[in-house]
Amino acid sequence: MSEQATGDCSVEVIGSGVAGLCCARLFAERNCEVRLRSASAGINDDCCSWWAGGMLAPWCEMESAEPLIATLGVESTAFWKRYTKTVVSKGSLVIANRRDKPDLLQFASKTDHFTWVEASEIAQLEPELTGRFETGLYFNCESHLAPRLALQTLLDELRGRPNVTVITRDELSASELGEPTQCDWRIDCRGLAARDELQDLRGVRGEMLLLKADDVVLNRPVRLLHPRYPLYIVPRDDQTFMVGATMLESDDRGPVTARSVMELLNSAYALHPAFAEASVIELGADARPAFTDNLPRLRRRGRTLYVNGLFRHGFLCGPAMAQRAVACALDNQIDESVVDEYHT
Amino acid sequence: MENAEPLSDTLTVYGTQVKSRLLLGTALYPSPQIMLDAIKASGTEILTVSLRRESSAEKSGQAFWELIKDTVARVLPNTAGCRSVKEAVNTAYMARELFDTAWVKLEVIGEDDTLQPDVFALVEAARVLCSDGFQVFPYTTDDLGVADQLLNAGCEVLMPLGAPIGSGRGLNNPFALRTLRAHYPDVPLIIDAGIGKPSHACEALEMGYDAILLNTAVAKAGDPVSMAAAFAMAIEAGRLAQQASPILARDMAAPSTPVIGTPFWSE
Repeated sequence: MSEQATGDCSVEVIGSGVAGLCCARLFAERNCEVRLRSASAGINDDCCSWWAGGMLAPWCEMESAEPLIATLGVESTAFWKRYTKTVVSKGSLVIANRRDKPDLLQFASKTDHFTWVEASEIAQLEPELTGRFETGLYFNCESHLAPRLALQTLLDELRGRPNVTVITRDELSASELGEPTQCDWRIDCRGLAARDELQDLRGVRGEMLLLKADDVVLNRPVRLLHPRYPLYIVPRDDQTFMVGATMLESDDRGPVTARSVMELLNSAYALHPAFAEASVIELGADARPAFTDNLPRLRRRGRTLYVNGLFRHGFLCGPAMAQRAVACALDNQIDESVVDEYHT
Repeated sequence: MENAEPLSDTLTVYGTQVKSRLLLGTALYPSPQIMLDAIKASGTEILTVSLRRESSAEKSGQAFWELIKDTVARVLPNTAGCRSVKEAVNTAYMARELFDTAWVKLEVIGEDDTLQPDVFALVEAARVLCSDGFQVFPYTTDDLGVADQLLNAGCEVLMPLGAPIGSGRGLNNPFALRTLRAHYPDVPLIIDAGIGKPSHACEALEMGYDAILLNTAVAKAGDPVSMAAAFAMAIEAGRLAQQASPILARDMAAPSTPVIGTPFWSE
């Protein structure tokens, strides 16, 4: 379908989490007049994207996610590589202690695009783990990024565009959320805040911590399988490591519990004893918006498009969902794998 | 559950009759939707739900509880992961309030690697809860002494483990389980934990166990919904077989087809 002239189209994007920023960017690229309205003051811990791991791991996620997530994940990875400079493409490594080998076999049986690696190969990939693990799975085409940096990059770029207005500290009242009158389209990316309208949304709590460990070097995200305390560690710049994440069926956004910190630290220590000497520089928790099947959705109600339910896949699916929102609004293209409601 | 017409073969626990002999856990599924589909496919009438304390205190897990409440099944709240009498008892109180039921699956973990029950704490917690009106389903071992104590404490159901939780090894000690069954012919006995495949569940029912409680074997299967259906069939088959009195094994062959025309005296 040929792209229609979109210079006159005005779009209001609500929410400045990963979904909102990706939507704003892609609508702006189609020359729409974009107003990005956000309740928060900027990129900060108001939104759950702040606490993201930033793993772009479409194939690992197949362990518990539907194939759709892999499709969206591959597309989104390309977006991040194109629009930010924070993507590191060194694959990801999945390991388990010898006694948990069945968990590794199980993980392998549900995923794709990996090779089995033995101790010597693990030592090559991650010298710090030499001698600690006998077998693992190496997903060589996966990547990771620094989420906060990526969000800030998107926001800065938007602020520099003549066709984009960014409005922060803009809490919308219920009456403002009716059928839009000031714009052609409203793209609602409010996450759990949209629960009044999207009643099948629920919160899934995740907890993480940031460690600074001068003695540890990891080149890529490492997942340690464990029957009780599965864990992933994503290396960031400056010798910091994001350690995550629990998954609890709860929309509680309160502080991390002692038990979760103990579990996460225990697992980190099991991965590498040098983490015992790390400084804990941040603890964080938030609730992520998810639908009942944990898959992201695009819903059209009149001139409002909801992009929501990104669950633990905000960075993995956000850009691909934004692309579908643009296609739906401007080109009338409906991807039925993500659109489950379409009322004109 | 009041049924207008009498059910042909039912399990009665604490005065409640159920037809399905599969009790299903609600953790570890890829998504709540897959869990709901598996519940439907399993035909289960009793679901276990574990409470993590922080998510129950402020009712912040409400959305997930509502999904479960919307199924046809009864809820059997679970004190999974509790490590002391106090913790288990507190969790049971919270569960009673949240789910409005006197039922509780009592689990007091004694050892981290095997997740075996701390049977001393279990008996103590069962005593506290039974005397306060709870209807306790204790997760226990196949030990007869412990079983006696639990029954004395007021439990009317016993739930011995088949193998360590989540291990999928099946019935590790069939001899001990058979002994337990023979010792308590009238107490509902439910195998709780360790089941990996439908054949394990079938074996337990053939042995005379009343029901199976499982979670991982379905939730972590490649296709949880099909696996739930497979378990339902295996459990039904095992129960039917047990009631049909299986033949006894023998050492020599016994021909099943009479060979017409061969005079038997020719041997």
